[in-house]
Amino acid sequence: MSLRSTTMNSKKRLVSGLVVALAALSLAACTSNDSSGDDSTSADATTVAAAGSNDESGDKVVIGFSAPAADHGWMGSITESAKKEAAKYDDVELKVAEGTNDVNVQISQIETFINDGVDAIVLLPFDGAAMTPIALKAMAAGIPVINVDREFDDPNAARVTVLGDNYGMGVSAGAYVCEQADGNKDAVVAEIAGIDSLPLTQDRSRGFADALSECGLDVDARVAAEFTVESGSDVTEQLLQKEPKIDFLWNHDDDQGVGVLAAIDNAGRDEFTMIGGAGSKNAMELIKSGDSVLKATVIYPSTQAADGVKLARLLVQGKSMSDLVEVEVPRKVQLYAPVVTADNVDQFIDSAFES
Amino acid sequence: MSTDDSIRVEKAALETEREPNRALAVLRTSVGRNAGLVVALLVICVVGAITAGDRFTTTDNALTILRLAAIIGVVSVGMTFVIIGGGIDLSVGAIVALSSVWCTTVATQQLAEDVHWLWMVAVALLVGAACGLINGLFIAYGGIVPFIMTLAMLASARGLAEIISDKKTQITHVQGFQDFFTSKFLGIDFQIYLFALVAIVGWILLNRTTFGRRTVAVGGNPEAARLAGINVKRHTVYLYVLIGVCCGIAALMLVARTTTGSSTHGNLYELDAIAAVVIGGTLLTGGRGTIVGTVLGVLIFTTITNIFILNNRSFSEQSLFKGAIIVAAVLLQQRLASRSST
Repeated sequence: MSLRSTTMNSKKRLVSGLVVALAALSLAACTSNDSSGDDSTSADATTVAAAGSNDESGDKVVIGFSAPAADHGWMGSITESAKKEAAKYDDVELKVAEGTNDVNVQISQIETFINDGVDAIVLLPFDGAAMTPIALKAMAAGIPVINVDREFDDPNAARVTVLGDNYGMGVSAGAYVCEQADGNKDAVVAEIAGIDSLPLTQDRSRGFADALSECGLDVDARVAAEFTVESGSDVTEQLLQKEPKIDFLWNHDDDQGVGVLAAIDNAGRDEFTMIGGAGSKNAMELIKSGDSVLKATVIYPSTQAADGVKLARLLVQGKSMSDLVEVEVPRKVQLYAPVVTADNVDQFIDSAFES
Repeated sequence: MSTDDSIRVEKAALETEREPNRALAVLRTSVGRNAGLVVALLVICVVGAITAGDRFTTTDNALTILRLAAIIGVVSVGMTFVIIGGGIDLSVGAIVALSSVWCTTVATQQLAEDVHWLWMVAVALLVGAACGLINGLFIAYGGIVPFIMTLAMLASARGLAEIISDKKTQITHVQGFQDFFTSKFLGIDFQIYLFALVAIVGWILLNRTTFGRRTVAVGGNPEAARLAGINVKRHTVYLYVLIGVCCGIAALMLVARTTTGSSTHGNLYELDAIAAVVIGGTLLTGGRGTIVGTVLGVLIFTTITNIFILNNRSFSEQSLFKGAIIVAAVLLQQRLASRSST
């Protein structure tokens, strides 16, 4: 027992160390990205300008942007926030090749960007591995590729990678469950995952299982939806049928969560605590109201592509990230996955996306 | 039924002779219809050249369009045969996914290390052919309508692909395979040649062989075809095996293009292929159609996609536009057909 607690402590220390490091990074990225409050943006602009004049208009930068179909709120917000961020700069021209879940068409979009000779490409691939060959081709043509969210399988295919912390999301959700279970080793834990074929889903589940095992819990029932409302409601109905009593339920994604909550309502179930993922506005409103089974959500920033656009601009203009000593734009930026509860929801609700 | 048809044909022939408007008569022949599609494609190209300027008219961009067209084009050639033969295949996308997963599984397994990459090719083609065989057997001998049988295959093949791949994307780096399928000759990608080859073989098969004439006969009037001594059931099976093999080829092209096999590959290819075949002038009820029309149909759709990408227009607008084109093309064909029969 004591051994366990010491290992836990050292792990916790490690985790919190990481948290501090990542928080510093994400804060640097986040503050200047916050598109919701006008006053905060202008305040940031002045501080950034003072630090490195990064936001001052420079050479014209043409950025090609491609993302999968906006079939859920988070993905819609990815493209929207990238466009919004690009519009803030008069030296950025964003070419948006929008919304396809056909890798063949997305490859064609990137080919078009290469033909056009854009200065940089910001790419959220439908399937990271499938888009790797064309990203390598773009890099070989001298166009830096900024890989967002779903990683390529070859590190040479991207100059910069902007990632959420999928494993960390799972860890945050699992740690929250452990905290709430408070030593109860018989607690029934259920998990509703997103699209199972994506490495990000596998990472989230791995993080969740790892964190649960720290307090002697494991996932008793697991189903996978497809990030859409409809799929969320379908699989939840089956999950609830299968499990007569649940103590904790982690749902990977707040967009499919709309369907998940509808199915829970229909079944009249409220015996468990639900944790969400991604951090949509309506999820946060439910958490704030306090009368829902949804008590917490784990953030997965939908402003990643907007960060990608900003970094692409810095990269092409030969600027550095002003809050770092390093003169080159980093190879990889990983954002942090904090847990939002009723206690701190006000801090996050303004930057949440509409699902 | 058959006498009815022949009367109609005679009437139509007389009508054509008396046709005051020569242009309309020409449009009714398959050559005329294809000329109409060429004009449509040229109009679309002019729109592309006007809206996107020299970004549209470069050789690189033409190759980009052809590369995009190649994979769906191969599937569409197979689909042309099935639809002319009076059937339909909704399972093509799922078969592409299953073939891609199966052949990458072969490539990633340990024992495959000393097996030649041609083994991958063989597996993809065999998986496609086997799925087609199952479709064909149940449709021809089991009496299940093609729509239902291939719908069932759509579900099952993708399900099996998910099971084999454990829903993961399977990455392959078999050098020989990659080199061959992404090679270039005279600056043009091998995949484009492959599409051309499949289209030419398809054209010869349809227009210059007994197999082609039987396909038209089976689709036009199965009963008459049977009385004429054609083994309609066996021929139906052949047609589905043929489209299965086309799906296998398309899967190989997609694996080479993405270096991956995945159960999500080929999503909605059935709709793209059927749309291309239909605007290419093939009758959905069977008995009439051309490979040239299908190839033009594929090129029209992929060129539109390209122009939308060049102009930063959204995919949703494009889908809306494509739907409108399908309706317009079918309405036009129906008007031409009904005029010729009155």
